[in-house]
Amino acid sequence: MRGAAFWIVAVVIVVAGALGTRLVDNDFIFYASYFVLQFVVLATAWNILGGFTGYVNFGSAAFFAVGAYTSIALDKAFALPLPVLILTGAVASGLIGFGTGYLTLRLRGVYFAIATLALAVVLETLVINWHYVGGATGSYVIPPAEIFFFDTYVEGLFSLMLLLAVAAVAVARYINHSRFGRGLAAIRDDEQAAECMGVPTLKLKLISTTISGGLMGVAGAPYPFFVTYVDPVSAFSLDYAVNAVAMPMIGGTTTWFGPVLGALLLGSLQQWATVTISSELNRLIVGIMLVGFVILAPQGIVGLVRKYLLKARRP
Amino acid sequence: MFTADLLLNAVVAGVLLGGFYAAVSIGLTISFGQLDVVNIAHPAFVVAGSFCVFVLNERFGLDPILLGLFLTLPFFLAGIGLYRVYFTCFERHGEESLRGLAFFFGVMFIVEVLLIMSFGVDYRLVDTGYIGQSIKLGFIGLPYRLLVPFVVSAVVTVGLYLYLSRTFTGRAILAVSQDRLALRLMGANPISIKQIAFGLAVATAAIAGAMLIVIGPVEPSLGRLYIGRVFAIVVLGGMGSIGGTFVAALILGIVESVVGTMFGPSWAPAVAFGFLLLTLAVRPSGLFGR
Repeated sequence: MRGAAFWIVAVVIVVAGALGTRLVDNDFIFYASYFVLQFVVLATAWNILGGFTGYVNFGSAAFFAVGAYTSIALDKAFALPLPVLILTGAVASGLIGFGTGYLTLRLRGVYFAIATLALAVVLETLVINWHYVGGATGSYVIPPAEIFFFDTYVEGLFSLMLLLAVAAVAVARYINHSRFGRGLAAIRDDEQAAECMGVPTLKLKLISTTISGGLMGVAGAPYPFFVTYVDPVSAFSLDYAVNAVAMPMIGGTTTWFGPVLGALLLGSLQQWATVTISSELNRLIVGIMLVGFVILAPQGIVGLVRKYLLKARRP
Repeated sequence: MFTADLLLNAVVAGVLLGGFYAAVSIGLTISFGQLDVVNIAHPAFVVAGSFCVFVLNERFGLDPILLGLFLTLPFFLAGIGLYRVYFTCFERHGEESLRGLAFFFGVMFIVEVLLIMSFGVDYRLVDTGYIGQSIKLGFIGLPYRLLVPFVVSAVVTVGLYLYLSRTFTGRAILAVSQDRLALRLMGANPISIKQIAFGLAVATAAIAGAMLIVIGPVEPSLGRLYIGRVFAIVVLGGMGSIGGTFVAALILGIVESVVGTMFGPSWAPAVAFGFLLLTLAVRPSGLFGR
């Protein structure tokens, strides 16, 4: 998509979403859409590091939860407005990403992946022992009674998440096409060669980890206001980590569009499956789809479509 | 009040706990340290082993450790099958890094979800005569539920060490971790050697699983708590050294136990992570690495 066309589509989507809240009365649609959009942000964020740079983050749930718990703590302490909380959540998660990256990114990529897995466990331990934000029992957040322009609270949050999702995708798209993004792609394809060609690999990796972590924090920051009750088990749920990996893998990791496609497909499928079939079976489907796509279609749906188009062009 | 005998008790409990950690980590020492297969699903296999032991114990009432030994055979075969899939899909194309990791992550998640689907999220436990009893040596208590796993783990460690250093296949496994090409030139097939080694690594998960359910109740997502621990131990132990793994496991066990006694057990998982980060940042080649 060309620059101007992308921005027009982006603005149209956000405005249409906001106006849609006026036309549609069914709150469940906005509730379900919020979850799907939240995964669009999470998958896009994961892909900036995982897809563009080739470093796997298994701790998406931790970054998400850092965003959520930053919101809870600051809301409780100072009752800051939501946009400020989203910003602080992004900064907190970005810093965690930077710290983890700084300690492990000089080694092989495997160590970073392992560190992120362990990070989720240790941050959960910290939150469980942090009584100010509710500890293991969790804490309630009282949402504001009224929200500007919108009829209900859920509609407002939905519109906000739509805006955040479009913004996250715009960031990913910008990186994808920029000089910075080409540097990341060089690291992904052959880090040694990139280093020899003068790509500042460590610096680029650290920036990429920080942006990726920060965007995951953005996805998590409004979460407490959406569910109104947060406990460590739900905020650090492995489902976030698995979905953040599975969605880009299913959509296709090398472009900004892949994770969006994967998140919309897999997210909607899960919302539908949770209502119609059991939620455990639905988790199993996600796991099997992840393994299946990794084995059979490593380039994801975008890769499959590309292959098909190439074949069609050359009969 | 934190007294000397409390500290000594914590250290002894830590040594016993460390022995058990060695059993959980040793499979990963083989697969990650020696074969360079980053099997992050290993702790999930250990928990799966626990549940297999639980089911068989309910039905036949046999000793859990004995059942763990029986289970090594099916686990060995499953490991060979898993390595086949991994090799044909990823390693052969040189795509093991990103997609291989995602593959094992997916396998880990599937194992966990399957366990939740068949057993629910409740804690399960086994009952044998020795669980709940302990030996008293002066003021130091040695509970059997920790002592038995420690002894079994030490036996497994020594057994694996002897197997890897004395037998032909064992030496071939060590060789494949050092130089694949050289092994092929010697007339051995590196893939079939790696296959056996990976099967062996998964087989240890069955015994470790039996120990896990002897030590305490088990629930399906327990494996996640062990990921940080086992990788910290394997890296600290020098990536692929059996003896190093055992020593590193004892160190982690002692530190965790002392921290748990001083600050409360809910802090224990953080210790392993601190260990892991510290090792990676300061000495990534491990204590005994070259």
